[in-house]
Amino acid sequence: MSTAVGAPATPIDAPRGVRFPHVNYLNANYGIKSWLLTLDHKRIALLYLASVTFFFFLGGVYAIAIRLELMTPAGDLVESQTYNKLFTHHGVLMVFFFLIPSIPAILGNFLIPLMIGAKDLAFPRLNLLSWYIYMAGGIITLWALLSGGVDTGWTFYTPFSTTFSNGYVVAAGLGIFVNGFSSILTGLNFIVTIHTMRAPGMTWFRLPLFIWAHYATSIIFILGTPVIAITILLVALERLARIGIFDPALGGDPVLFQHLFWFYSHPAVYIMLLPSMGIVSEVIATFSRKNIFGYTFVAFSSIAIAVFGFLVWGHHMFTSSQSIYAGMVFSFISYAVAIPSAVKVFNWTATLYKGSISYDTPMLYALAFIGLFLIGGMTGLFLAALGLDVHVHDTYFVVAHFHYIMVGGALMGYLGGMHYWWPKITGRMYPEGWARFAALVIFVGFNLTFFPQFLLGYMGMPRRYHAYPVDAPVWQVLHVMSTSGASIMGVGMLIPMVYFIWSMRYGKFATANPWPATGLEWRTASPPPTENFGTTPVVTWEAYEFRPMEETEVIGPGDTPAQPIDGMQPTDGKNP
Amino acid sequence: MSEHIVPRKVYFVVFGALMVLTALTVFAANIDFGVLNDVIAMTIAVTKAVLVILFFMHVRYGSRLIMLVVVAGFFWLAILMVLTLSDYNSRKWVEQRVRQSTIPSEAGR
Amino acid sequence: MATHEIAATHHGPAAAHAAHVPAEHSAHAALAHHFDNLEQQREAGSLGMWIFLAQEVMFFGGLFLAYVIYRTRFPEAFAAASNHLNWKLGAFNTAVLICSSLTMALAVWAAQVGRTRRTQVFFMALTGLLGATFLGVKAVEYYDKYRDHLIPVRGWFHWEQPLSANVSEQNIQMFYWIYFAMTGLHALHMIIGIAILLPIMYRAWKGAYSPEYHAPVELFGLYWHFVDIVWIFLFPLLYLLGAHYAGGHAAAGH
Repeated sequence: MSTAVGAPATPIDAPRGVRFPHVNYLNANYGIKSWLLTLDHKRIALLYLASVTFFFFLGGVYAIAIRLELMTPAGDLVESQTYNKLFTHHGVLMVFFFLIPSIPAILGNFLIPLMIGAKDLAFPRLNLLSWYIYMAGGIITLWALLSGGVDTGWTFYTPFSTTFSNGYVVAAGLGIFVNGFSSILTGLNFIVTIHTMRAPGMTWFRLPLFIWAHYATSIIFILGTPVIAITILLVALERLARIGIFDPALGGDPVLFQHLFWFYSHPAVYIMLLPSMGIVSEVIATFSRKNIFGYTFVAFSSIAIAVFGFLVWGHHMFTSSQSIYAGMVFSFISYAVAIPSAVKVFNWTATLYKGSISYDTPMLYALAFIGLFLIGGMTGLFLAALGLDVHVHDTYFVVAHFHYIMVGGALMGYLGGMHYWWPKITGRMYPEGWARFAALVIFVGFNLTFFPQFLLGYMGMPRRYHAYPVDAPVWQVLHVMSTSGASIMGVGMLIPMVYFIWSMRYGKFATANPWPATGLEWRTASPPPTENFGTTPVVTWEAYEFRPMEETEVIGPGDTPAQPIDGMQPTDGKNP
Repeated sequence: MSEHIVPRKVYFVVFGALMVLTALTVFAANIDFGVLNDVIAMTIAVTKAVLVILFFMHVRYGSRLIMLVVVAGFFWLAILMVLTLSDYNSRKWVEQRVRQSTIPSEAGR
Repeated sequence: MATHEIAATHHGPAAAHAAHVPAEHSAHAALAHHFDNLEQQREAGSLGMWIFLAQEVMFFGGLFLAYVIYRTRFPEAFAAASNHLNWKLGAFNTAVLICSSLTMALAVWAAQVGRTRRTQVFFMALTGLLGATFLGVKAVEYYDKYRDHLIPVRGWFHWEQPLSANVSEQNIQMFYWIYFAMTGLHALHMIIGIAILLPIMYRAWKGAYSPEYHAPVELFGLYWHFVDIVWIFLFPLLYLLGAHYAGGHAAAGH
């Protein structure tokens, strides 16, 4: 809660030499030890922000190399062996070190205690340990990639990965194995926190949908990640001891690897997607100034996606010699799992209808999410059809599908969330004009990159190939379009890096509730004090209870001193 | 939810039951029950596990949430096993259909 | 669980003292700052440990799946290989672990009802000793396998018994890698368990645990029982699967 002495009532330009008007978690103490040994969930979130951003850009560098090679039909930039390493590194870094941790470890860590009215997560020490484990996994994997690399694809299928690959498979596997424990501990922390540390009056159905999304994601973290952990162990054992688990010559079955691998890796894509959907719910509600249509349905749809997502992994294996009968079951359930996702899209749309819509940057990203996720999701259904999958499996159609979900969906949500909560995290506003411009550049670049890939895949361009036939000239046209798009998107991604950093020094100071939005995190100062709230909030209102603007002035930003907020105790004026 | 203190007698009774069941499983293993062999062995093992979970781990006296977590863990393991085995066990049906196929180029697996 | 442990470390004797002082205005020494009361902290710790155990079920589960699949593929090979395991040592170890679960449950009980430090440590020490006994027996078994050339590494493994028609040496080797992977992972969990038990015993000796606060003992107990449960499944699946087959263990000389 901020006071008249504390944060400003309206965003103001930052006077020279003034860092923050009030004591908060950023300036509470200084020094590297206070960051590396912090137990504050908000600082840990920022530690993750720095490391996750690093891995994202490194993964992006590999993507640039891939797109450069594919501009020309001949394999003229790199050798095929090197190309195998390029796409493997891109996949490993993006999947395990960006997409899976990003929203939960950064925004989840930062916001979950704030949103439920708690002082911290249930296990702050485990939270810090999770970050160190993530770093250890990252460093080991990086070492493997830079020492000589891995060429198996991020899916490291056997028997290539166990018997024939000459790369650093075991080392990279170890890095991913270690990283998995970071996920598991984060998921554990979130579930316990949400169950046991909600503020008085914060019942389950008053929780923000962001929380429901992270709860569902945490279920997947806990029940799925251990299976990939044991799978990696088995691959390592097979490589080191040649015991034959996955080697047909010794009685083993390579498809067993695929079952174990995809049992985790399919739910993993919902780990990457659900938090982003949570963000979209928050942003759509705020920038339509309306309660999310069908809140209960959207909440339960997150849980449904998490549960059903565990039942469909065989749709990655239709052409693997998996039994056709199992294939039919997996195909059918894959259609079923699309239903809760569709429920969300319908409900977001219904929320927009007759809403009071504003087009701030977070809203632009949320709207982009809805459209691009729709395309990605529908093409997923194409792939879930057994017959069609035989045609497009392992082609660029699949690549386009999952990039529409991961970049068009998850990444857009992530960027929208970063913009939306930037004022809360840093106490500064980012420059809205540049932000909207960057969003547009990213959107255009993204579609130019990946839409041609649907066409390429359908025409038969296989994935993971560094060369393609010269005598299909339209293929090169599409590839050149794709590479151009990637360059545009790459530039678009750099722009936020620049203005976010700029804003930390020169951005306008943010109020406690700049948008304004409902939600407990907006009822404390920007940035929040270390203990989050001056006094424990008591919640007496429903989620997304928007009031007309006049009333919002009273209950909203909370900058005016000693104004009682609905259900909240007024502060004693001492703490921000 | 205050903590329920389990009387020591309960622990000793459960301990006795676990030892008896262990002896039983060794004894039963030496008799060939045909297809029931695995069923009997797993029934005994599951009974022992349930006793440990309910009494030694206090789940009998705990909250429904904890019970849900326990059930969820085993249910998820069941998902992994059942769906994977559905592939392996139905491969025979595919084989049969291939063998019955009149297309000469299709040999058996 | 470590959270409470470390918090209590800084307040050793004070915790024991505070336990007997009604907590009107002073929070219990073991209460972490972000929790409102000990009850909430206890609930959180308990739920956290159970979630961790659910995750462990899935971790071991992958190996159980591999076991089921390969046993279904090579039933005679697995039975023949299993008969070569020493079922008596396996049964003895099962009994040892069940005893250790009993002693651990009694250790938790002792802390719950406020028995003396000596009683608490006694039960914990018994648990640790039984666990160490288990590991000792496993070491003997592993050494036997080493001596009989049954460590499943390509080039080292050699099955000396005669092979019947449906059984190949590779399939027997498959059984042994599963045996080593599953019992090895289990043994690793036991070693970690004993390593965690030692500081808990130390803390108990210092009088840190009382009816009001004994979370580390309780949570460790959950972990220990879980490790016992894994063995409850491993024993019949690995040691007894072929007992009724082709003369059983006796025919294999065990």
